[in-house]
Amino acid sequence: MLFGIINTVLIVSAISGILAFLLVIADLVFANYGECKITINDKKEVKVEGGDSLLSTLNENKIFLASACGGRGSCGFCRCKVTAGAGPILPTEKPFLSPQDIKDDFRLACQVKVKEDIKIEIPEDIFNIKKFKAKVSQIKDLTHDIKELHLQLLEPQEIDFKAGQYVQLQSNKYAKIKKSVSRAYSISSSPDKNKEIELIIRKVPDGICTTWVHEYLQEGEEVNFTGPFGDFYIRDSKADMIFIAGGSGKAPIKSMIEYLSKHKTERRMVYIFGARARKDLYYTEHFQNLEKQFPDFTYLPILSRPTAQCNWNGKCGYAPNYFDEFIKDPKNTEAYLCGSPGMIDAVEKGLKKKGVSSENIYYDKFA
Amino acid sequence: MELSSFIIFLAAIFTSNILLTNFLGMCSFLSVSKEIESSLGLGFAVVFVMTMTSALNYLVYHHILVPMNIVYLQYIIFILVIAAFVQLIEIIIERFSPLLYYSLGIFLPLITVNCAILGVSLFLIIRNYSFVQSVAYGAGSGLGWLLAILALAGIRQKVKEKFVPIGLRGAGLSLIITGIMALAFIGFSGVVIIQ
Repeated sequence: MLFGIINTVLIVSAISGILAFLLVIADLVFANYGECKITINDKKEVKVEGGDSLLSTLNENKIFLASACGGRGSCGFCRCKVTAGAGPILPTEKPFLSPQDIKDDFRLACQVKVKEDIKIEIPEDIFNIKKFKAKVSQIKDLTHDIKELHLQLLEPQEIDFKAGQYVQLQSNKYAKIKKSVSRAYSISSSPDKNKEIELIIRKVPDGICTTWVHEYLQEGEEVNFTGPFGDFYIRDSKADMIFIAGGSGKAPIKSMIEYLSKHKTERRMVYIFGARARKDLYYTEHFQNLEKQFPDFTYLPILSRPTAQCNWNGKCGYAPNYFDEFIKDPKNTEAYLCGSPGMIDAVEKGLKKKGVSSENIYYDKFA
Repeated sequence: MELSSFIIFLAAIFTSNILLTNFLGMCSFLSVSKEIESSLGLGFAVVFVMTMTSALNYLVYHHILVPMNIVYLQYIIFILVIAAFVQLIEIIIERFSPLLYYSLGIFLPLITVNCAILGVSLFLIIRNYSFVQSVAYGAGSGLGWLLAILALAGIRQKVKEKFVPIGLRGAGLSLIITGIMALAFIGFSGVVIIQ
């Protein structure tokens, strides 16, 4: 009886062992692409280990393309020109590339695998994007589900960014999560403070990175991030400005307004912040103080679903309800939006209806 | 009665369609049948994997399990063989044809857990098929599965534009359509019976 059991176990293990061995061999033979060469802008050459995506291979070599989704092919930010060695264009890339892009050899770096020598072209200012090491100097509760993170830069010690840009925070491993992921968060502090940055992070249920920030990250810990990325920043003009944000979308706009308050502006400004209930509002006093530092700035928090407990006697509803009141000169108005895709689409529609031209609408959608 | 391999092949497609008579492989059948294009990709992946694994599992059964007297372990061993084979194919396709990988390869992990694949391997043992008969049965069942999912995808694409009562939307209506298709396939059953 015992012999039979041992015999069976041995045979099953032997068969599984052989199959596993075959797979390991296949992995070594077929999935081994050897050393490949990446030529960047016909100037720089890097030798890399093949087999991984172009995005992560470049990351390992300290060249940081933008990516908000962390390489899942859902944000399309890691577009870059690949002139040789990328293989055929894949169905996963097509939704993000226009016919003109395809003609110009644009690809998504997270979908292109490095299997041979590759030639790419990227804008020079991508080389300014760096990897930073920082210490968590403070974690502050802003609301029941939003925290503010202060990161004091250790290496390099200073950061140069435009108000409204974002960084990619890398989560550490915790509990059951064995993999580090990177997620995009806008910098909420002003560029005038270049030794420390602040991020505003809302807890996403089951989000890998936000759960880490909210439940595991401690003050004093070291974290890594890359940046700055993005083209969401204030355009230099004399036009009126309307800022509209929801949830943790306050971050880039806080950075913009704090920056403007230091650098004096005569521009007419209104900032509409949409939240559900009173418990979702934060920084109200801060912005009310900022109102006084500008000649013409209104801060307007509005609630979409105030409850009886809110005890709210401010404005209610959604941002577009207030466009008539606050947009005086639609042709001469720039709009800066930050929030969920649903909110941005609705607001953009409202702005266009009001007569704001689409070239003057800038936004940062949460991907 | 000794059936010719060709008859088994045809019967596996029409009269004993693995999906419409045995209702095996339902989960990927329901989830990937929204569009003709993706169901075609999955269908061909199933044809390929079913043909290959029925050959492999035939050999494993008759040359390893029977001599070692452990036929009762066939379930576990068959699953192992199928999983390892699918993994292997995925690695190879990814290396040599990225385009094929994206039209077929992404479905491969889905197939590992497709019970029709295991079902075919088990049936060919129960029915005492020879090697050639097994391969014919595997290929036929694969094609039959492809035919069924393609038919459902075609119907679902048409239904998409029509009004469907709320309670029937999604899997509900798909199951009813599958049932009616199965009834239609009974029409073939007088031709030949293999089970």
